[in-house]
Amino acid sequence: MTVIGEEPFPRGALEVQTVGMTMRFGAFTALDDVSITVGAGSFHALLGENGAGKSTLVKCMMGFYHATAGQMMLGRREVKIHDPRDAHRLGLGMVYQHFTLVPSLTAAENLVISRHDTPAMIDWAREKKALDAFMSAMPFRVPLDQPVARLAAGEKQKLEILKQLYLGRRFLILDEPTSVLTPDEADEVLGHVRGLCEKGEISVLMITHKFREVTAFADEVSVLRRGRLVGQGRVGGLSHAEMAAMMIGASAARAPLPREGAPGSAILSVSGAKARDRSGLKEIDIESLTVRAGEIVGIAGISGNGQMELMEILTGQRPLIAGEVEVEGKIYHATRPEALTLAVRYLPEEPLRNACAGRMSVAENIAFRSFDVNGVGRRFWLDGRGMRDKAGSLVEAFKVKTASLDTPIAALSGGNVQRAVLARELTGDVRLLVISNPCFGLDFAAVAEIRSRIVAARNAGAAVLLMSEDLDEVMELSDRILVMSEGRIAYETPAATADLATIGHHMGGHA
Amino acid sequence: MADQAVIGGSGASLLPALARRSEAVVIPLAALVVGFAIFAVFLLTQGKSPADFLGLVWKGAYGSAFSWQNTLSRAAPLLFAALCVALPARLGLVVIGGEGAIVLGGVAVGALGPAMAHVPAFIALPLMAAAAMSVGAVWIGAAGALRHYRGVNETISSLLLAYIAIALMNQLVEGPFRDPASLNKPSTAPLAESLRVGNLPGMDVHWGLAFGILGCVVSWILIDRTTWGFAARIAGGNVRAAQVQGLPVGRLILGFTALAGGFAGLAGFFEVTAVHGSANASLAAGYGYTGILIAFLARHNPLAIIPVAILLAGFGAASGLIQRRMGLPDATILVLQGFVFLSILISDTFYGRYRIFAPERWGR
Repeated sequence: MTVIGEEPFPRGALEVQTVGMTMRFGAFTALDDVSITVGAGSFHALLGENGAGKSTLVKCMMGFYHATAGQMMLGRREVKIHDPRDAHRLGLGMVYQHFTLVPSLTAAENLVISRHDTPAMIDWAREKKALDAFMSAMPFRVPLDQPVARLAAGEKQKLEILKQLYLGRRFLILDEPTSVLTPDEADEVLGHVRGLCEKGEISVLMITHKFREVTAFADEVSVLRRGRLVGQGRVGGLSHAEMAAMMIGASAARAPLPREGAPGSAILSVSGAKARDRSGLKEIDIESLTVRAGEIVGIAGISGNGQMELMEILTGQRPLIAGEVEVEGKIYHATRPEALTLAVRYLPEEPLRNACAGRMSVAENIAFRSFDVNGVGRRFWLDGRGMRDKAGSLVEAFKVKTASLDTPIAALSGGNVQRAVLARELTGDVRLLVISNPCFGLDFAAVAEIRSRIVAARNAGAAVLLMSEDLDEVMELSDRILVMSEGRIAYETPAATADLATIGHHMGGHA
Repeated sequence: MADQAVIGGSGASLLPALARRSEAVVIPLAALVVGFAIFAVFLLTQGKSPADFLGLVWKGAYGSAFSWQNTLSRAAPLLFAALCVALPARLGLVVIGGEGAIVLGGVAVGALGPAMAHVPAFIALPLMAAAAMSVGAVWIGAAGALRHYRGVNETISSLLLAYIAIALMNQLVEGPFRDPASLNKPSTAPLAESLRVGNLPGMDVHWGLAFGILGCVVSWILIDRTTWGFAARIAGGNVRAAQVQGLPVGRLILGFTALAGGFAGLAGFFEVTAVHGSANASLAAGYGYTGILIAFLARHNPLAIIPVAILLAGFGAASGLIQRRMGLPDATILVLQGFVFLSILISDTFYGRYRIFAPERWGR
């Protein structure tokens, strides 16, 4: 760590500047001459598509990467940060999308062990007293004596932020801090962060995808695209449309296809289905759910209200205690022969985790649905050439960007993995399509394309069940909207007459 | 259109394909070298010369027709033992109890021996082989079933089952199946001469080697060229994805673990019919454990098992010579195997790290 300029730094929130920050990986320029100023006590949002260079920028700031060119200024002094420890010593901290707390330890234990100077023998009585004193000075608190595993997601994220303050950080980088929180939790956490900024305790740089949060909480916004700074300004002066335009640039995303045709006969019907939930303590209870040919039924709900379990019931991964699932009037157990004859296809959330084998090649992953069928019956010998040829044409048709068909699918970007899975699941006769969070974490262009493919499948007569935590997505795609809350279907409305406030009410379980 | 050429998989993509494949060869080889380098330091601390050691390994394992035959005879059970690890590994299971299936397969053969004494060999031998395979299949299949139905860790259960198998073998060989004539070393009754499996034509190496190689080739075809093998690779790559695809994961686990156990049982069959002539404690010679090392070195690729098994069998074949000439204890070879296994396990973390093996990252 090198500091040029007088020390010590002023107390309170730090002003942080990057000057001409550039990062090259070989011939690839991930970050090109980016200069950003986060004023002392300001809340700065950093927008950009996946791969725009947001992560690279903050990694350079935190010392994970050494920038090829450019400087960091802290409180108007030039600093050289060699590694994250330097950054921490200067008061720079980072809060990640996923939690970095130890679930089995209490909040207090988590705070104490996160310090660099924790002694080998911890005097808990003294630490407790110090923690209580620290907490009483904070504008918000979390229960200190509970194991972190028992805290709700919002509480955990608050604890992450408290941890940074406890460690004396005065500039925080928040990397999509709300992606695992409910909207209410997100608002609460960000509200507190904003409060801390206004009190002059910290300055914040937040990476996000959500315009709503930018408008509601940030003072200033910077937009990156392909490693370049393409826009900057006070939040008040920018509309969502303007921010979106900056993010995606000239080649705007396609609008979803117009829908056509009326719903046909019932394809999927679930009746009286009961199953245990993840925790094994609560019950999933779907009294009745019908999806008809040529319609998209969207299930809205805050995550953790049984959507994941419903998906598992439909994919045969979670046994039913009572009730049944029928497809075209036949009892359905989600075996491979059943899925084949009834043309049932799935797009699970996080496709790399739930629908692909990461070390297998793109061609092999695309063949998962069809490797054992040959038109007449089941095949025994693998048709390697046929698989490759088919994968080659699908990769082209679905515009999957991959270096070759033999590339392990884990090497592809999120959007391209999802395109490959779409190519596999949407090819051939599709009568029922079950989807969960199809666009989670994808960039704009990919989102628009994937949504239009889903609508196209519906227009071609498929029954589509869409579970999504993104209410906008449900509203945009669905013909009919259901709300899931506490393992039950709490509300149903046609999309045409849907009222956001009422849906939000039912999502919160207040009805 | 440049992209299309790559996707088409024509001659232009030969180099990338070669680079991609070479990763699975270069990394284990490097691990082997590193493991030996650590062992060399160990030898130096003992005041012995690593160069002498290598020279003796060469001489004892591959230096003459005699040493080649010794090596190849030892390779036969190792091929089967390695398959017993490699097949479940493709499903994502780490089964390390092949020793148990080898031992019990041998006991089954020894126990059937007297009853088969007057049956023509062309009927008796296949029957005895089938019995050995069945016992092995049940034993390792049990570890698979425990895993699938009860969620018991297959690594632990197969290892514990191996201890049970060895105890069971001792009990049976010293009790109900004991040949009263076997005094110093309790054994089953010696097999009739007609039931002894002979040597390959023109070599002093028994037929087990040929069947072991055949087993490797058949396993490779099963995994690489059939839809069952493909389904198993999906389940091994990501079991959640396999479930969403409706693949019968449970049946795959049972089938693959049973087949793996069957191969190990076959090793026991050849040890009894071709080497010992009766079942006794010599069956628990540690082949099952060396098989684990071989399978990991071969990246669980059945074809790669063949050369790797011959390599490690060579170390075993040379151990006598090393003992005599260098004055090192028998366990020295185990020390070498231990170092190599450690570096192989560590080398697993190096896959996907090097740009040279990933053509999609070239030129970036």
